[in-house]
Amino acid sequence: MLGVIALVLIFALLGSVLGFSARRFRVEGNPLVEKIDAVLPQTQCGQCSFPGCRPYAEAIARGDADINQCPPGGQDGVDALAELLGVESKPLAAEPRAEAGPVVALIDENTCIGCTLCIQACPVDAILGSAKHMHTVIASECTGCELCLPPCPVDCISIVPVKTGIADWKWPAPDDKVA
Amino acid sequence: MRFATSAPPHLGSGYSTPLLMRSVTLALIPGLAASLLWFGPGVLLQLLLCIVTALGMEALVLLLRRRSLRPLLDWSAILTASLLALSIPPLAPWWIAVTGAAFAILFGKQLYGGLGFNPFNPAMLAYAVLLVSFPRQMTHWAPPLALALQDAGWLDIWQQIIHHSDAMDAYTMATPLDSMKTQLGQGRTLHVIQEDAIYSPLAGKGWQSVNLGFMLGGLWLWRHKLIGWQIPSAFLGSLTLLSMGFFVFAPGEYPTPLFHLLSGGTMLGAFFIATDPVSASTTPLGRLIYGALIGCLVFIIRTFGGYPDAVAFSVLLMNLVAPTLDYYTQPRVYGKPR
Amino acid sequence: MATQPFMPLPGGLHLPTFKTLSASRPLAEAPLPAELVFPLQLRGGINAVPTVSAGQRVLKGEVIARAAFENLPPLHASSSGIVRCIENRLLPHPSAMEDLCIIIDTDGLDEALPLQPRRHFSLESRETLRAWLIEAGVLGLGGAAFPTGFKVDPGKRRVDTLILNAAECEPYITCDDSLLQHFPHEVLQGAIILMHILSVEQCIIGIEDDMPEACRSLENALRARAYSGIRLQRVPALYPSGGEKQLIQILTGREVPAGGIPADIGIVCQNVGTAGAVYRAIEYQEPLVSRIVTVTGHGIHEPRNWITRIGTPIAHLTAASGGYTNAAERLIIGGPMMGFAVSDDQLPVTKASNCILVAGHEDLPEPPEVMPCIRCGACAEVCPAGLLPQQLYWYGRADNQERLEQHELFSCIECGCCNMVCPSHIPLVQHFRASKGKLTLKRREREKADHARVRFESRQSRKEEEKRSKAEATRRKREALNLNTPEVTHTEAN
Repeated sequence: MLGVIALVLIFALLGSVLGFSARRFRVEGNPLVEKIDAVLPQTQCGQCSFPGCRPYAEAIARGDADINQCPPGGQDGVDALAELLGVESKPLAAEPRAEAGPVVALIDENTCIGCTLCIQACPVDAILGSAKHMHTVIASECTGCELCLPPCPVDCISIVPVKTGIADWKWPAPDDKVA
Repeated sequence: MRFATSAPPHLGSGYSTPLLMRSVTLALIPGLAASLLWFGPGVLLQLLLCIVTALGMEALVLLLRRRSLRPLLDWSAILTASLLALSIPPLAPWWIAVTGAAFAILFGKQLYGGLGFNPFNPAMLAYAVLLVSFPRQMTHWAPPLALALQDAGWLDIWQQIIHHSDAMDAYTMATPLDSMKTQLGQGRTLHVIQEDAIYSPLAGKGWQSVNLGFMLGGLWLWRHKLIGWQIPSAFLGSLTLLSMGFFVFAPGEYPTPLFHLLSGGTMLGAFFIATDPVSASTTPLGRLIYGALIGCLVFIIRTFGGYPDAVAFSVLLMNLVAPTLDYYTQPRVYGKPR
Repeated sequence: MATQPFMPLPGGLHLPTFKTLSASRPLAEAPLPAELVFPLQLRGGINAVPTVSAGQRVLKGEVIARAAFENLPPLHASSSGIVRCIENRLLPHPSAMEDLCIIIDTDGLDEALPLQPRRHFSLESRETLRAWLIEAGVLGLGGAAFPTGFKVDPGKRRVDTLILNAAECEPYITCDDSLLQHFPHEVLQGAIILMHILSVEQCIIGIEDDMPEACRSLENALRARAYSGIRLQRVPALYPSGGEKQLIQILTGREVPAGGIPADIGIVCQNVGTAGAVYRAIEYQEPLVSRIVTVTGHGIHEPRNWITRIGTPIAHLTAASGGYTNAAERLIIGGPMMGFAVSDDQLPVTKASNCILVAGHEDLPEPPEVMPCIRCGACAEVCPAGLLPQQLYWYGRADNQERLEQHELFSCIECGCCNMVCPSHIPLVQHFRASKGKLTLKRREREKADHARVRFESRQSRKEEEKRSKAEATRRKREALNLNTPEVTHTEAN
């Protein structure tokens, strides 16, 4: 009898500690979505079939989307998401872009008609210009998401690799295979 | 003129891992010589069996893993085999040596990925498994030749090891450590025990010479900077301190510190086994703690535990703790407060 | 005069020095080359814009290229001649990339730009002096090539000591030794100028104790004239005592905080060559157009030190040094521990080139086969920065960014001591450089992504705001229409 009473008291105590902690240390919002969003590359390109990186992050957190749908993040991004969520990594669903390395959009100024459709399409306001005036891509802000290409009525936007020089060069890893 | 390129730094040194492993193996020679002198040539046959088995097993695994056989040349398998051969009784049946060496290489080393990846000392792992699985064979030690009841020539030794005749019992006698432990447990005082023939002023006959031999080899290794000073000195230091404390507290009931230092596998453990770089702690402070705790464990298990000698178990237990020690004893980085 | 150093270097290695190779012949001016090559790439990925064009004649000391928008040191012609062209050439850089360079054909006259009269430096403001240093193109000559005019502008930080780095710790290199033996007064006068600009009263010259002639030369020079506040300090010859952070630690006991600069702890450190260049720039208005370069190694017949014009092709220097021996196998710009190997000897000498090492097989034997790490801990024992190279290696292989940063990967000075002692011959420093590159790239991508997210979110909120104000305006218009009855069109037109 004494044992039963003791156990009941212990369990009651533990239960109240848990309940108190649940109230006191409650976390607002869904921190997992923030963490997933922090891993995504923020190109807002929509290639994952969601309208932006945050909706994709929310879908992953809900379990509605797979982790390998983001081409700009690359295989590295998929691996990072896999590690974050504690699941097996998998290969990227989409094929990687033809050009390796970072790319930006380039407007052919001779062909541009100043229609502003690309400006409205760019998710990070990287195109400068206004109606009937020259449009140009601010290369340092462009994420290479390619959302400006479809709206252009004269097809004057192309995707070009970012020019790299010795400042961007990094030492390669040694190719020592452990015997 | 055009040149080939390479990445900096461009200088190299002559020091290499095979050189280290070979030097450690060769440093076993003084102790081996003492063992030969005092306990007969059985240990040579055990060495041969262990080394051949170890190399064979390593070759087998490398072929299975489709790797090159070059690691056979790095002397690490030979070193593991030698340490094992020097730890098992010289007259143990041949299959003890073979099983032990095979286990050491297969389960103690190659299973984890080969050299550099094993968390436990392979020789000690094999020794512990043998001791637990075959206690009878592993606890039948030959007495020093001077005290043997019968002469054991080369042929007799061969018979013993390979053909495993039952006359083995006649050849064995308890080790000084074992005998000390049993008799202290029976209530006899140290003074009385030490009058026994197997003891000499320092420690057990034969065993003290073997330990001195290993100590000489170990000091040579330290002198040539092949092993650090932290682990041996911490090990021997803590063992001495603990045994001294107990001995001073109750002189008749505990053996002398010198006895502990020169019995069983103490010196072999201090200079050759605990200093195995792969399974030991790597930071200087971590190594001091590692060695000291091994010493404590050796004393505790020898005095209060179930086995007469405890080097193997102590080393294995501390191998488990080594990564934690490394994590908490990181040195201070330049430019950071702590 | 020389007292005990403040504290010994933790870790470090005694390396064979091979300094006698190049120290036996006297310092001399290298003959003028037929062409001078000037790569246009400046710090931070900025390319200088040429201020001259093909066919133009330039004088020695004339500015030939400048950064378009940033205040960076310009490039100067190091001898008179005609600009042949501006074209892509192989760069003296480990990447073996090509980029634009200005090529000048020298005319042999070595005509210099005429000088303007100037007052004594003590009469000028410190900003003016710093601006002169920038304009004269003075960079750190110890190898890092940081613009000196910026380094001696500590801003809000309080600086109390100037350290001159004469601790030439890398094997083979003797250019600083040579400079100190032949031009000690230039260095000391330069130190006085730097002390004035920094408003400090003490200067310590750290010199290794295996440079006795240079020590004697400095001591004699210090005795000959009244240089107040300058003290010579010998330090044990141990690699890498000459690293800036390490020398500061040895001489003063202070440590540069991780991620910080020496000015954070009140110290500015300059190479003795830089001090000499400062003197020439301020006193003679001479832009930095030449430096002492050690040409050495067993692959060269007559190793020695040359006073070399910036832009001289390496082949010209090696030819002047007796040419290559049969043993010549590798060409390294810099020393054997931190220099980089290049494939072509037509590359030019830059302000950062302190040594041309033509190595034979005995200098740099073939790297032996790599074995697995046996966790021996020898690497940690010699690391001067107190790092755990073994852990950095394992985490680097696993690409574990968090742990690499925790173990202070970026505090690694890439000295190579760990490589030297590793019994398994693991190329540790190469792994660290690759890991640093990956981490830097990841950090940059993270920053770009965060920046893009901010822009996206502000655009979203702007769009919402536009939508809302439009809806509000429509609603107001509708209300206005509802209040008035038939004369809807009139009101709207109004």
